[in-house]
Amino acid sequence: MNVHEYQAKDLMRKFGIKVLKGEVAKTVEEAVKGAEKLGGKIWVVKAQIHAGGRGKAGGVKLAKSLDEVRNYATDILHSTLVTHQTGPEGKKVNTLLIEEGCNIASEFYLGIVLDRNNSKITFMASKEGGVEIEEIAHKNPDAIIKVAVDPSTGYQPYIGRLLSNALGLDAVQAKEADAFYKGLYKLYTDSDCSIAEINPLVLTADNQMIALDAKLNFDENALFRHPEIAAYRDLTEESAKEVEASKYGLSYIELDGNIGCLVNGAGLAMSTLDIIQLHGGNAANFLDVGGGATKEAVEQAFRIILSDPNVKAILVNIFGGIMKCDIIAEGVIAAAKAVSLSVPLVVRLEGTNVELGKKILNESGLAITAASDLGDAAKKVVAAAKGA
Amino acid sequence: MSIMIDKNTRLITIGITGKQGTFHTKQSQEYGTNVVGGVTPGKGGTVHEGWPVYNTVKEAIKTTQANAAMVFVPPPFAADAILECIDAKLPIIICITEGIPILDMVKVKGALARSPECRLIGPNCPGVITPGQCKIGIMPGHIHLPGRIGIISRSGTLTYEAVGQLTARGIGQSTCVGIGGDPVNGTNFIDVLDMFNKDPDTDGVIMIGEIGGSAETDAARWIQKNMKKPVVGFIAGAAAPKGKRMGHAGALISGEDDTAAAKFKVLEECGITVAKSPADLASKLEEAMKAKNITIRNK
Repeated sequence: MNVHEYQAKDLMRKFGIKVLKGEVAKTVEEAVKGAEKLGGKIWVVKAQIHAGGRGKAGGVKLAKSLDEVRNYATDILHSTLVTHQTGPEGKKVNTLLIEEGCNIASEFYLGIVLDRNNSKITFMASKEGGVEIEEIAHKNPDAIIKVAVDPSTGYQPYIGRLLSNALGLDAVQAKEADAFYKGLYKLYTDSDCSIAEINPLVLTADNQMIALDAKLNFDENALFRHPEIAAYRDLTEESAKEVEASKYGLSYIELDGNIGCLVNGAGLAMSTLDIIQLHGGNAANFLDVGGGATKEAVEQAFRIILSDPNVKAILVNIFGGIMKCDIIAEGVIAAAKAVSLSVPLVVRLEGTNVELGKKILNESGLAITAASDLGDAAKKVVAAAKGA
Repeated sequence: MSIMIDKNTRLITIGITGKQGTFHTKQSQEYGTNVVGGVTPGKGGTVHEGWPVYNTVKEAIKTTQANAAMVFVPPPFAADAILECIDAKLPIIICITEGIPILDMVKVKGALARSPECRLIGPNCPGVITPGQCKIGIMPGHIHLPGRIGIISRSGTLTYEAVGQLTARGIGQSTCVGIGGDPVNGTNFIDVLDMFNKDPDTDGVIMIGEIGGSAETDAARWIQKNMKKPVVGFIAGAAAPKGKRMGHAGALISGEDDTAAAKFKVLEECGITVAKSPADLASKLEEAMKAKNITIRNK
């Protein structure tokens, strides 16, 4: 789960990581009032969206007067920002963060991730701050230092020494940086982060270290033990259909093709998209009904798939394990009747209770195209979508 | 004719009194698995569906001589249950639970590194089956056929797909191992490939991977150097968009190297027979076996 920069910074403050003073604004008036409250002569107006690349897209502006704050806030608030992370549709700005300015001497990158290769929490740091880590990794991988943390010891002072040495910090700076390393590690482990990133971590002209930007991403499987973080969830940043689907235990992702898919299991659901593509079609969605879906969940899955006006045909692909084919068949029939299905439906059933499932479908009187296997199913549904 | 589990396996289920634990323990027993008991803290001393229940894993092992565990504990408590199994030195721990916090698994991984006598399969996996002998997990037993082809997969239903295709052609399986869809898991492709390589009763292997991480490419390089038996590889997620988690916690494209196309390329470079379509898993296996002049047989 992603959170906004201002929420990430609130958390960082709690863990002793220095960030700039800021005020959150939902209206232009609040933005101006916030700037007045902060005082000083320069402010930064920052769009709060769940995506990087805001600066280049015009979502971060330096204001040198309250009038400029007002103008920038008016421009940015409720605008749609298109960055390389938002997709072409962009993201609407509903919230601004107004921050005091600071005098930057140098910029660094500091982040913590879980390294899948060794299953260890790993620090990443670079002198090339302000640039995305993926870009540094691509152009100049040697500019990134990685330090893995042994799970049985946790963070140790030597880790900080390795990082500061690589960043070229002097003794005074390194001492200040220690609070960032320790704080970020504690934040990462105490709050079940999956990514914790300070980019850039800046050194100011008066030799202070500050987290200028903050990105935190949390493990959704661990939110049950962090209700205060779960409360940060901003549903306006997420696809309404994906949120709706998750209420019924369905894993749904909207795609841009025209073949709706209903599959059990993540791997089979993914490869169903693949085989549709191999046969010259394009899936409208990924949908995993899970291992123990009920008749009601299948019905909801149909509703969600059909709420996409692009859908020209539907493929139901089930390899029943725990999921019994007769349950799926009943769900399909109930859903088809309830939503008065108007697009071609191809069904491939295999596994537990397959004969019973096929019998139920055959006797339903519905116009269902039965498929004998995965390849046959893909062929038939692609043809159906093209014919429609 | 197998790796990891066989007819000598003595299984306990952790979380045996829960709905899922009860159902799948019964299914496993009906398939022929020797279920010797289960663990549910606080219910020790009772008998559940005919199985003796113990408070702790150690107690269960002491009384039943169990040598494998199936973990069906809800996500918030699952890592703790695995750690208890490791502490009790159980050689085979198979965790079905989906949704365990990843940092809990980091702790488990650390404990496993200090306990070479224990092997964890999963979490978030369908389990392991040696057809005709022993089933530990949630896979439908009846689709399997005893034979000599090994399967390793990050996905549950896609494993069933591979098994279904093989069985339909009369090709049996030695052992099918679901290693799970989480980014931090107990056993990886290479561990299982190594076992199949050494198993005199496995002649060929189907390896099913997906987008995200580098486990498949690491495995491909290992295969090139070490594997004596034909391997067919498939990677799910060729049509998956970047930056979206495709159902599995670990199925996420985060860079150029973990796309399906990049992984397929490495697999091919390492001499692995690639199935581009999930419908061709069994036919490609037949091709790969033929290319190496190995006759497919089930005994």
